[in-house]
Amino acid sequence: MITKHAGICRRWTAATAVLVLTFMAACSRPQPWLLPNITGLSPALKFRMTDDAGQTVDAASYRGKVVLLYFGYTHCKDICPDTLAKLASAIQGLGHEATNVRVLFVTVDPSRDTVAVLHRYVRAFGRQFVGLRGSNGQLEALAKRYRVVYTHAPHDAHGDYIVAHSIGVFIFDRSGKARLLATDTDSVGDITHDLQLLLRSG
Amino acid sequence: MQSLIFYLEPWEFSPTVLLACLLPTAAYLRGLVLTRRAGGTIGFWPPLSYFVGVALIYISLQTYADFLSQHMFWVHRLQQGILHHIAPFLVTLAAPWEIMARGTPRVLRERILRPVLGNRTVQLLYRVLQHPLVAPTIFVGLLYFWLIPSVHFTAMLDVYRYNAMNWSMVVDGMFFWWIMLAPRSAQGHASIAYPLRVVIFFIVMLFQIVLGAYITLHGSVLYTVYALCGRVWNINPMTDQQWGGLLTWVLPSMMCVLGILVVLRRMLHEPDTRPVAASAMAGVSGQ
Repeated sequence: MITKHAGICRRWTAATAVLVLTFMAACSRPQPWLLPNITGLSPALKFRMTDDAGQTVDAASYRGKVVLLYFGYTHCKDICPDTLAKLASAIQGLGHEATNVRVLFVTVDPSRDTVAVLHRYVRAFGRQFVGLRGSNGQLEALAKRYRVVYTHAPHDAHGDYIVAHSIGVFIFDRSGKARLLATDTDSVGDITHDLQLLLRSG
Repeated sequence: MQSLIFYLEPWEFSPTVLLACLLPTAAYLRGLVLTRRAGGTIGFWPPLSYFVGVALIYISLQTYADFLSQHMFWVHRLQQGILHHIAPFLVTLAAPWEIMARGTPRVLRERILRPVLGNRTVQLLYRVLQHPLVAPTIFVGLLYFWLIPSVHFTAMLDVYRYNAMNWSMVVDGMFFWWIMLAPRSAQGHASIAYPLRVVIFFIVMLFQIVLGAYITLHGSVLYTVYALCGRVWNINPMTDQQWGGLLTWVLPSMMCVLGILVVLRRMLHEPDTRPVAASAMAGVSGQ
């Protein structure tokens, strides 16, 4: 009687162990990415705005390129220039493949960032950098789509003001699907590594 | 006036939320009128409790409050506290189901509600979910699950997961508070004895306090998604996390204490006739 009971117990234990191991194997599939993976979480690239050359552009204009989407403004003192400089270094590391990458810098301060101001600003970081400026509605729609937020602080005595904004860089593959979300703590090397993978995966 | 409309306007309009709030409320209102006409008494507090509960759910899911909850961790914790604890507590305290059933159009009630509720599988499922081990495990489990940092990250980026999170809170909240607060006479024979409910509340409270304390006292930022997507108000990420942790710590525990008070009141006013329950009750009140 006791041995029979023990037998059943053992069988159950074995079955549970198999289940747990299968589950763990499914969870720990090797991840090729070094940056946080957002495949299937954020929606595909979609917008309509004016670029820093004054042309109306949308997501289709960048099909076939790996796109890095970042929200910021040219009066930003620290985080925007830091992030854009980091992205510039990461892109430089790609060598000749860099031509298939675009960084879309969407201004959250369209009243100060005119097309001309944006053009001068983004060109300082490299040829892959594009400034985007939208109407309030276009900007709100894009921010809502990626669940990001920007807040204009009150003006100071000189009429200057800061705009609090998101710091994540949304990365899309060549077909416009959202794939990765780079953060300020990710290194240049990690970003280059993942961009290379994305470019080669077609 | 315009700013008021701005704050009440849906941030992400969802017909599901609107209908889920409106239809039961319409049935409840109709039920109130029919009950009153038939000479029944309802009292002032139950309907008030119901309406405040439903209004809180609507406000948390559909207005500017939802926008704030997506972009500030502590507001998110407040929202989840309302959806999982406060609002279901208020709605179930009103015990609106009987009145709601009376207010539901006859065809709907007889053709759909009665067969579905009487279905053997549904009954079995209800009995399993009502089990004194299962119900609190799901209640606390959901709270922990959505706060696992990697899960939380995906829920705040993906609108579908975000909605799943909010709805799981409301549905589970309604269920849990109903089986924990409702009088035994309204629950059928599988209902949990009052003294056992008090014990369950204490255990649930303990788990909530552990989670809240862990978040509050953690030395680094657990939920990075708020920085990546931006916070609405300029607040230090650690402060945001500590406030959110405190809300997870205090607010659910407070609701459990209120739950214990409701159960104790039921014990005193409708004493269980069974000797086992009576002796356990003496043990609780003697503490």
